[in-house]
Amino acid sequence: MTGPIKDDALLRASGLAKIYGAQIGCFDVGLELWPGEVLAVVGESGSGKTTLLNCLAGELTPTSGVIEYRRGNGPMRNILEMTEAERRTLQRTEWGIVHQNPADGLRMTVSAGANVGERLMAVGARNYGDIRSTALEWLARVEIDTGRIDCRPETFSGGMRQRLQIARTLVTRPRLVFMDEPTGGLDVSVQARVLDTLRGLVAELGLSVILVTHDLGVARLLADRMVVMKDGQIVEDGLTDQILEDPQHAYSQLLVSAILQA
Amino acid sequence: MSASSTAPRHDPAYNFAFLDEQTKRMIRRAILKAIAIPGYQVPFASREMPMPYGWGTGGVQVTAAILGPDDRLKVIDQGADDTTNAVSIREFFRRTAGVETTERTDKATIIQTRHRIPEMALRDDQVLVYQVPIPEPLRFLEPRETETRTMHALKEYGLMHVKLYEDIAMHGHIATTYAYPVKVAGRYITDPSPTPKFDNPKMNRMPALQLFGAGREKRIYAIPPYTDVVSLDFEDHPFTVQKWDQPCDLCGAEDTFLDEMLTDDQGGRLFICSDSDHCNRRQTAGHHGSMTQDAAE
Ligand SMILES: [Zn+2]
Repeated sequence: MTGPIKDDALLRASGLAKIYGAQIGCFDVGLELWPGEVLAVVGESGSGKTTLLNCLAGELTPTSGVIEYRRGNGPMRNILEMTEAERRTLQRTEWGIVHQNPADGLRMTVSAGANVGERLMAVGARNYGDIRSTALEWLARVEIDTGRIDCRPETFSGGMRQRLQIARTLVTRPRLVFMDEPTGGLDVSVQARVLDTLRGLVAELGLSVILVTHDLGVARLLADRMVVMKDGQIVEDGLTDQILEDPQHAYSQLLVSAILQA
Repeated sequence: MSASSTAPRHDPAYNFAFLDEQTKRMIRRAILKAIAIPGYQVPFASREMPMPYGWGTGGVQVTAAILGPDDRLKVIDQGADDTTNAVSIREFFRRTAGVETTERTDKATIIQTRHRIPEMALRDDQVLVYQVPIPEPLRFLEPRETETRTMHALKEYGLMHVKLYEDIAMHGHIATTYAYPVKVAGRYITDPSPTPKFDNPKMNRMPALQLFGAGREKRIYAIPPYTDVVSLDFEDHPFTVQKWDQPCDLCGAEDTFLDEMLTDDQGGRLFICSDSDHCNRRQTAGHHGSMTQDAAE
């Protein structure tokens, strides 16, 4: 089995906790992500995986802990010590997010082309013709009929909206993409094809991904490595195939046996 | 008509220019801050004025705060001095401040406007006060004010071009003709609202101080004299101003903003300068348009 080459981590979290009043979102979480690696964070709802993702993506401020990220070829830096301006620059240049609900990641009242073009314009693209041809190219890549470029996502099906969100996020070729149940809101019939598209793009672009899912099938299809979360903590960490074939922790065993029975 | 030496004294029932001195000082502080940060929207405690919102209460408060007894005030609405809104604001300041008023752009020290910038180039001893309905240029796509403030603070202005992109995608060209967004002093994106984009080039490096007051929204912003003001665009869809196929029917001007006027119900129409003072003065100076030609011959 060949995992990704382990040299320097792209992102490293340690001692991460998010406490809401008396409730624990996540606690004592440590993980590393290597360049070009897809890491799945797996757990049931309430396991703290979405809280963890939002902390890592800079959307939520953790109660304690450190999240380091290597910007460009520079040294690791704690993103929690960055200014908001630095963090938001990172979010619109090197990072991207694919939300479970496409409406959270799209502008529903502007055209598909403008949705894809926004991140380009946000980083300074000022040639309409170039923006439009890049948008057309990306609609084709995510298998949206390019004739729909001037339609608003309001008129799109759920699967198409999610494809559009993927195009909008990946158009600037971010290094690191956070995905929160990217196919979780879709009909089972369209999940597989969206997942295929996603897998193709992740491989083709060499993306580093942190993927949150409750679905071990999604993790198996996309992820090199996974961590299993329960009650806000990581209970197991390993290569995806290893965990699926030979889960060590009792909770992982339970999750794996559940899908085998399904 | 023009300034007279018998300006009325102000009605003693009112404090000079209606607002109390403390309120004026508060507004002046906001104006100074606005001048110090060109294009930045400064919050201020907008007061109730004896006129409804939408009638220029923001502009009126700015004018009231900067007006002195020696000022000469011109008020225009859609370029004209004789519209209801302009007449009532002018009358308001005649009564409450006793200042002279004028319709002549060159004689005015303060010009309060809705919609237009006078055609005549303004000087550095004049102040142009705009009445603004919606000061936030980002609002049409981002309604959350906490977010638009952050976007301004961090210069995240991609969204402005999304609007222009959408215009071109839907209409084949940038269809925004009013409230066309500008970048002020290379920093803040600002709404010149609600002037036509025809007037945007006049804002650039204008010798006069430009002050913007939004009453309902409680915001003041400013463009100091000789400040760079650039209209946003794309490389392959550059900013352009409106053009008309014909000159003004009254004064023959070919470089002014024209209003279309219906003259009868058989489809007869005229194109005349929206800046009535400019048009009148050109006619007085002997310039003719197609309508006045006939009369003169
Ligand atoms: Zn004219």
